[in-house]
Amino acid sequence: MLELSHISKTFNPGTANERKALVDLSLKVPDFDFISIIGSNGAGKSSVFNAIAGSFFTDSGSILLDGEDITLQPEYVRARNIGRLFQDPMRGSAPGMTIEENLSLAASAGRKSWFSHISKKDREAFRERLSLLGMGLEDRMQQPVGLLSGGQRQALTLMMATFHPPKLLLLDEHTAALDPATADKVLALTKEIVETNHLTCLMVTHNMQTALDLGNRTLMMDHGRIIYDVRGDERSKLTVNDLLVLFRKAVGKNLDNDRMMLG
Amino acid sequence: MASILQTALELGLISSLTVLALFLSYTMLNVCDLSTDGCFTLGAVVGAVIALSGHPYLSLPAAMLAGMISGFVTALLQTKMGIDSLLSGIIVNTGLYSINIGIMGGASLLNMNKTETIFTQLKLLLKNTPLSGMYKTVAAVLAVLLVILFLSWFLRTRLGLAIRATGNNPDMVKSSSINPAFTTIVGLCISNSFTALSGCLLAQSQKSVNIDIGSGMVTIALASLLIGRAFAGRGGIARKACGAVLGAIIFRLIYAAALRFHMPAFMLKLVSSVIVIIAIAGPYLKSRYPEFHRRLTHKSGKGDA
Repeated sequence: MLELSHISKTFNPGTANERKALVDLSLKVPDFDFISIIGSNGAGKSSVFNAIAGSFFTDSGSILLDGEDITLQPEYVRARNIGRLFQDPMRGSAPGMTIEENLSLAASAGRKSWFSHISKKDREAFRERLSLLGMGLEDRMQQPVGLLSGGQRQALTLMMATFHPPKLLLLDEHTAALDPATADKVLALTKEIVETNHLTCLMVTHNMQTALDLGNRTLMMDHGRIIYDVRGDERSKLTVNDLLVLFRKAVGKNLDNDRMMLG
Repeated sequence: MASILQTALELGLISSLTVLALFLSYTMLNVCDLSTDGCFTLGAVVGAVIALSGHPYLSLPAAMLAGMISGFVTALLQTKMGIDSLLSGIIVNTGLYSINIGIMGGASLLNMNKTETIFTQLKLLLKNTPLSGMYKTVAAVLAVLLVILFLSWFLRTRLGLAIRATGNNPDMVKSSSINPAFTTIVGLCISNSFTALSGCLLAQSQKSVNIDIGSGMVTIALASLLIGRAFAGRGGIARKACGAVLGAIIFRLIYAAALRFHMPAFMLKLVSSVIVIIAIAGPYLKSRYPEFHRRLTHKSGKGDA
């Protein structure tokens, strides 16, 4: 269970560039919720993720994960329980190191001694997990990650982030930089991994249809606030068009996102 | 001729420890550690002072510990104090100048002509063996082997992987629940201990130390590292590390050859600078060549045909 209570974040306060990224935002995410988040550019979608993951500290409010107050925990400490994928597939893995070495760092996080080596058992486990991706990466474990395509790297990052199921998975437009066919494949993998591991997951997407298709709950954000929160029967009846109408009613203007896809 | 080659080999091996230090900090951690010169002198000075006080064996770990402390400070400045990594190195380097003279008791030169050093000890040990004339080379080879073995073991441990990832993609290190500040600190402590060991061995092999012994070492070591990279090519850690050592030896051989063709000794540092410039600027300029070619062949207002 993730609990955000009244978190706020203002960048450059008191200057001409002041920007309120998050405004008194509260959110409860029960275990096993898979929430999609939509909103226009600058609505605060990524800021929520940054606040939860610890990329910055919020100005006020508190963040609880499974009852533990993580509001002031450094980013790398929170990473033990929070997996995160970014839009840029290059961000999640080290290109100069092999697939095996990358996986090993992710899989050993907080579990193995500083001086442990990759064991035969580790290799077998990596191989088995990689084969689930269906990309043939299990036969390329000694190759540097820099040789992989964007889609393969994003799939690998997904595997690394969920190697030991995290308490929370944050997906920040993680398919936006991929070509449509690869994006579909990574989305299908995401769905499968989230379901089999019973993960709690937040996903920012610019694709309205994906927002409705995946998960069990959808949030709409604007100006650092959550303006709409829908789940259950109400959500299953929604169409992309309904979302657009809802947005216009709530904000008084059209939902504009330069990468927004309606189909 | 044989003695010139042997001297080049000895010098190459001893300075290759600094090259291995840069292999860790520059190649792996992606930090250009400009405190290298001062740290090299620090190792030389500390080693000399301890040897002069009658502890030849203790001089090596003492020099390495001093290097480690210096590396710790350099790393602390760049990870916890918001000082740019290049600037941290320069600041520590400057500070070390005073510290080094202070350790030498205000002098800028120490003589170890009649001092028991690690080399005189080894000379005694190897007396009447076939290796007796090569005691310096033996000592240097031993040190280099130990460091290479250590690196090929260490860089495959979880901590070693984390250090390599820090230079490669710090974001990824954080998502593996590792603090990149910590890995940078550990990496620089280890690399600077090698640099100091290198300085300590050089001072003891030439039986004297002066305050300038380390000046220009960072460029010389970088030149060696880049020469070695060209020779070793792709491969595992051990192969790359051996390449670094080979680079250091080749550098000294080129230099010895140049001396024989009457290049004045003071040219050493200019040669090292030029090698670094060629090794780094060369690939860059090569990648820019198509653009340059396009400019040359462009005719305004005309189509391709």
